[in-house]
Amino acid sequence: MTEKLVIIGNGMAPGRMLEHLFEKAPGRYAVTIFNAEPRVNYDRIMLSPVLSGEKSYEEIVIHGDGWYIDNGITLYKGHRIVAIDRAAKTVTSDHGVTESYDKLVIATGSMPFILPVPGHDLPGVLTYRDLDDVQAMLLAAQSRDRAVVIGGGLLGLEAAAGLRERGMEVTVLHLMPTLMERQLDPAAGYLLQRAVEERGIKVITKASTKAIHGDGKVESVELENGTIIPASLVVMAAGIKPNAALAKETGLAVNRGIVVDGGMRTSDPDVFALGECAEVDGRVYGLVAPLYEMARVAAAQLAGEGQASFVHSDTPTKLKVTGIDLFSLGDFADGDDREEIVLRDAASGVYKRVVLKDNRIIGTVLFGETMDGAWFNDLKKKETDISEMRDTLIFGQAFQGGSPMDPMAAVAALPDDAEICGCNGVCKSRITGTITAKGLTSLDDVRAHTKASASCGTCTGLVEQLMALTLGDAYNPAAVQPMCGCTELGHDDVRRLIKAKQLKTIPAVMQELQWKSSCGCAKCRPALNYYLVADWPDEYADDYQSRFINERAHANIQKDGTYSVVPRMWGGVTSSAELRAIADVVDKFAIPTVKVTGGQRIDMLGIKKEDLPAVWSDLGKAGFVSGHAYAKGLRTVKTCVGSDWCRFGTQDSTGLGIRIEKFMWGSWTPAKVKMAVSGCPRNCAEATCKDVGVVCVDSGFEIHFAGAAGLDIKGTEVLGLVKTEGEALEHIVALTQMYREQGRYLERIYKWARRIGYDEIRRQIMDDADKRKAYYDRFVFSQKFAQVDPWSERVSGKDKHEFRPMAAVGFKEAAE
Amino acid sequence: MNAVTVNWIAIGAVEDIPPRGARCVTTPQGRIGVFRTAEDQVYAIEDHCPHRGGPLSQGIVHGASVTCPLHNWVISLETGEAQGADEGSVKTIPVKVEDGRLFIAIEALATEAV
Ligand SMILES: Cc1cc2nc3c(=O)[nH]c(=O)nc-3n(C[C@H](O)[C@H](O)[C@H](O)COP(=O)(O)OP(=O)(O)OC[C@H]3O[C@@H](n4cnc5c(N)ncnc54)[C@H](O)[C@@H]3O)c2cc1C
Ligand code: SF4
Ligand code: SF4
Ligand code: FES
Repeated sequence: MTEKLVIIGNGMAPGRMLEHLFEKAPGRYAVTIFNAEPRVNYDRIMLSPVLSGEKSYEEIVIHGDGWYIDNGITLYKGHRIVAIDRAAKTVTSDHGVTESYDKLVIATGSMPFILPVPGHDLPGVLTYRDLDDVQAMLLAAQSRDRAVVIGGGLLGLEAAAGLRERGMEVTVLHLMPTLMERQLDPAAGYLLQRAVEERGIKVITKASTKAIHGDGKVESVELENGTIIPASLVVMAAGIKPNAALAKETGLAVNRGIVVDGGMRTSDPDVFALGECAEVDGRVYGLVAPLYEMARVAAAQLAGEGQASFVHSDTPTKLKVTGIDLFSLGDFADGDDREEIVLRDAASGVYKRVVLKDNRIIGTVLFGETMDGAWFNDLKKKETDISEMRDTLIFGQAFQGGSPMDPMAAVAALPDDAEICGCNGVCKSRITGTITAKGLTSLDDVRAHTKASASCGTCTGLVEQLMALTLGDAYNPAAVQPMCGCTELGHDDVRRLIKAKQLKTIPAVMQELQWKSSCGCAKCRPALNYYLVADWPDEYADDYQSRFINERAHANIQKDGTYSVVPRMWGGVTSSAELRAIADVVDKFAIPTVKVTGGQRIDMLGIKKEDLPAVWSDLGKAGFVSGHAYAKGLRTVKTCVGSDWCRFGTQDSTGLGIRIEKFMWGSWTPAKVKMAVSGCPRNCAEATCKDVGVVCVDSGFEIHFAGAAGLDIKGTEVLGLVKTEGEALEHIVALTQMYREQGRYLERIYKWARRIGYDEIRRQIMDDADKRKAYYDRFVFSQKFAQVDPWSERVSGKDKHEFRPMAAVGFKEAAE
Repeated sequence: MNAVTVNWIAIGAVEDIPPRGARCVTTPQGRIGVFRTAEDQVYAIEDHCPHRGGPLSQGIVHGASVTCPLHNWVISLETGEAQGADEGSVKTIPVKVEDGRLFIAIEALATEAV
């Protein structure tokens, strides 16, 4: 019989535990998770790169919704457990859901410590713990105003660097004389302070916060010495405390954290605790590596392996601020029985210190050059006697045994069991072994199979070196993904060669670029057809047999083989005459479903293919043309009513939307393009999640691009502000043409933009007027050949064969 | 009753099908897709993908295969078998080209499709 496993909290620790559990005892438990955060399990460590803009939330999700479905897990998002009844064996959430358990796991993590100073509860005072905090910080950062970060530890410095990156003026307040004093010695702390200050962040040490002031929201921070620092945002990063209140209320043994034995059991044998909320052997933890060890143990215990037990180990600390290399491990306090070896290189800002006891490493601090971190960690872990290499130890592994080694040789020389990925406890041989056994060739594969470098990412370089070592020449970090099985070339090479060699037909491309198949496949043919259409608009004869059925039939195929038809409604505006014509068509052809689409127009679904030309003919008489709802091309331009009707409207958003749509319809693009124009920043047309969007403001038109609201969700980037409608159109057209020329087939704008770089796109479209004009002109030229309504063409007989069966045979009447 | 003799029925001309394309033929037993490859070979298979019934005649034709328009299974036109990792097959129907005219063996279809 399946047992009921209930988990409180959906952080990194229980997520990892479930992975192990499903491997060890598949099907044994029916799992229910309650998570106060309204989302799936994501890599909390990587919030800092999200804050600084180096990663997006989607990139740090560990378990997507599909994983929960696949494993039959019920996940209550946004449910905080408020009561545990251990006698009845139930838990109850704040939304009133009660669930019973056979085994309960408490994984409530930690809570940020909030200094109890006056004003700590003012709006604008944030903590740094979850995605909501990051989003709140990003919102606050839009003001580009001043921020104060209280706490100069790992979290505080990462928050400060992120906010600075986002354009805020940041001051870090730190109570102690040097930064990160618990992980760094004063010398390294000083170097760190200098590096932080070099990024334009102000650091005040020995700063004790007295109060936060503000009228209705934060305005300043006051220190004990009377200094007042103006700020519209305050981030408290003064430490964390295990979140054990719930466990305490239910009568479990709680000390600093929830007390568990080596098997992760609390004082109630049916209740386990793990993660930052758990205290084992008098210790609580704040880094993932030991939590993952707890996860392994808890999973084994739940799977019935009673002997599994937690082992403590020191975890190195690394700061994830791009450009600051810092590594700290173990104990480096001064002591009579200790020796130390120090290396300083002031010119290059390097500082290294190794602390020894009885000829064994017990602590290491590296600043500015951290490559040897893994090696020192290994020596410490194995308690290697270092007397032999004492003189050269501090220079690192490369200097051992004679001549200096290059980094590659250094990695090669690491012992097989050397830990490469600290977060996930992955050793060298696990990585090299998996690469060989599974035939892995890309970093993503190695991450997926071994988890190495999948958490904080600081060991990525080492993992790549191991891949290079293991695969030799077969590893090419920039290895291009071939377009498909018919060629070795990637999309970019093919596009380049089409231009360079003036290839103007699909057979010519296949011949010249040595395609391996005689006539391609369903992956490369549509791509090649697009590239040729885009590159030679006047010369290339579109090959319809290389288009997907939707683009060939100019309608959307549905799961039952019928089609749907969506006529254009320019800018989402329609009229009684148009609506009447649609109603008549629906009646005449007995169209089963009529639906309003998300792009502000009307979809008629369930039309037989044979009827399509007749449907189009009737629609055409009412003035409709194809909405290209099926095309890798311009789909819709959504608008709001703007200054025509809306009391907030700043510009004629509807008019601009229609103008854009009329100018750009019919153009083919690498993937679909959806646009929107909103009349003011209230953004009723949702322009900031579109491929291209415009937000009108009093001073003109703010152009946005690279949003997504499908499989991925991503807010747009700002391209820039222009003054007139004409300029807005020119910029949007140029941007689209740049994408048409560079995008890979099926690559949406947001992916293309991420690959090319937002700044590069701004440079070419906003700053370089000649480039912009050239893109614009090429688009206009290609429109000459593209703006032909495909429906009316087909009504007049084009591609007749596409819409009629060739013959009807075997029917009674026909058989006569 | 199952006819033993094969009954060739004319369905049109090779020219009616675009190269690397397909047309369909309706029959009381269901639709047949008739495919013409780049090399002018002609094949006929049931127009019903073994995956979820997608209309194969609407797919992209490459080599002697077609890719289903719904979820991209690749079906061999010669054998009717799904290619690659997917499993399943559709019936193939004998076709003959005589002087550019196309014939299918309808009985074969009737007997097998019942
Ligand atoms: C910005 C940042 C950077 C970090 N960087 C690093 C790093 O570089 N390296 C490293 O090793 N570690 C790092 N950490 C620490 C690491 O992220 C944590 O140690 C780890 O995520 C803790 O995992 P957990 O599962 O114990 O708890 P959490 O991941 O905190 O999960 C606890 C979850 O439980 C939920 N919850 C709490 N109470 C309840 C309740 N009553 N009912 C239902 N749900 C509840 C919470 O909403 C939360 O989602 C960082 C942390 C942060 C915030
Ligand atoms: S976006 Fe602004 S102008 Fe447009 S409808 Fe909304 S509030 Fe009005
Ligand atoms: S979201 Fe889109 S793709 Fe998914 S079922 Fe709905 S219409 Fe189909
Ligand atoms: S129906 Fe053909 S692939 Fe799904």
